[in-house]
Amino acid sequence: MCGLCGIFQGGDHWTDGSALLSPEVKRTRRHDRLHRVAITNKVLKFYGLKLTDWNGSSYILSNQTGQSQIIDNIAALWPAAEALRKRSLDPLDDKLIDALERA
Amino acid sequence: MAAYAELIPVNVITGFLGSGKTTLLQRLLRSPRMARTAVLINEFGEVGLDHLLVRQVDESMVLLQSGCICCTIRDDLNAALRDLLGKRQRKEIPQFDRVVIETTGLADPAPILYTLFAEPVLRHHFRLGNVITTVDAVNAERHVTRNVEGVKQVAVADHLVLTKTDIADAAAAEQARRILARVNPSARKFDACTDAIDAHTLLRSDPYDPATKSAAVQGWFQEESLRDGNDSADTHDHHMPHHASRHDRQISSFSLTFDGALDWTAFGIWLTMLLNRHGENVLRIKGILNVTGIDTPIVINGVQHLVHPPVHLDSWPSQDRRSHIVFITRGMDQERLRRSLAAFNQLSTEAVAA
Repeated sequence: MCGLCGIFQGGDHWTDGSALLSPEVKRTRRHDRLHRVAITNKVLKFYGLKLTDWNGSSYILSNQTGQSQIIDNIAALWPAAEALRKRSLDPLDDKLIDALERA
Repeated sequence: MAAYAELIPVNVITGFLGSGKTTLLQRLLRSPRMARTAVLINEFGEVGLDHLLVRQVDESMVLLQSGCICCTIRDDLNAALRDLLGKRQRKEIPQFDRVVIETTGLADPAPILYTLFAEPVLRHHFRLGNVITTVDAVNAERHVTRNVEGVKQVAVADHLVLTKTDIADAAAAEQARRILARVNPSARKFDACTDAIDAHTLLRSDPYDPATKSAAVQGWFQEESLRDGNDSADTHDHHMPHHASRHDRQISSFSLTFDGALDWTAFGIWLTMLLNRHGENVLRIKGILNVTGIDTPIVINGVQHLVHPPVHLDSWPSQDRRSHIVFITRGMDQERLRRSLAAFNQLSTEAVAA
């Protein structure tokens, strides 16, 4: 739990694992998170959503009308994004893949 | 939290009714190496288990709000494992360093695995070990092709043990082998009647034990049908009758191969999004990845919505430095998966500078 704001954090998620596991990886945790946010936003842009890092501990997902939700990790992002967008988000959707290939 | 490799491994022995689960368990428990193993079973059957640490659990489930059957906490299992842990810590029972769970014949294995991954107390003490599925050669076709649970039990297995080949006629046994090869080509297969079944190979050798991980991962890709990345469904199987309700027909196994390195972050984003939408249909995913910026391979291993923490291998198992990912899916399109992952991976090229 964060001592300042009292928010419970989830345990480590497997997507956070690479830098933790490998001492030879020079990337810092902060760089990892920014990298994750940058890539995720390229996907979320297709759905009109945006992710920002929050204090290096959680993420904030928001839509264009300003609704937002705090999430712990990328796995928790997708159900939250579907709820915010009120539609399913499918990585196998041809239109999404076309858009990513053009990005 | 203890390192993943130091958690107490939990093996699951599953298989259809009468497929020889308890007989296999008895055989394994005879080994002196199994002395420090606690065993959880659903019912005390006619076959007595003469082992120091056998406990019974009653099947009861708590369905989580997501409503997906594979994301279900098995309340009974949670209570039984916590009870074992408490007694072990209070020294009321002998110390154990492994747990084996024998499921009922009709059990869907996914909630058992989910309970280990997701329950907050259990996940800090236990990890999933090999899943072993017994398949009765006499009834394999009926059990695996006509039952959703049957085909799922075969699909999620790390090891498949074919039983009763001594009483099955040769054609039925051959047919059973074909079904297993088609549904789960990357699982290691044993014949209970002719192969040596030892506890070390079946239970202890897994990708999370530092001593065995390299060999265990190498075994995933040894099957001929997976080497060229082709869909193994419907090969060698011209004699099987077509049937509209055959559950095994909906299952396909294939391997995706990527020449260039994969960005770990992009891969994590892609896989979490895929499993969120299609987790129920991704019965199994196993892979060895060449990850950007890391010389040695990373191993991924997942069952439906659940993914083990990634593991580093100390070296590549062969000269092949490409990424290989084996999928066992229900009705998913191989080419679309490949295209989707490639599209996500190329997003990382510009993002790195960000």
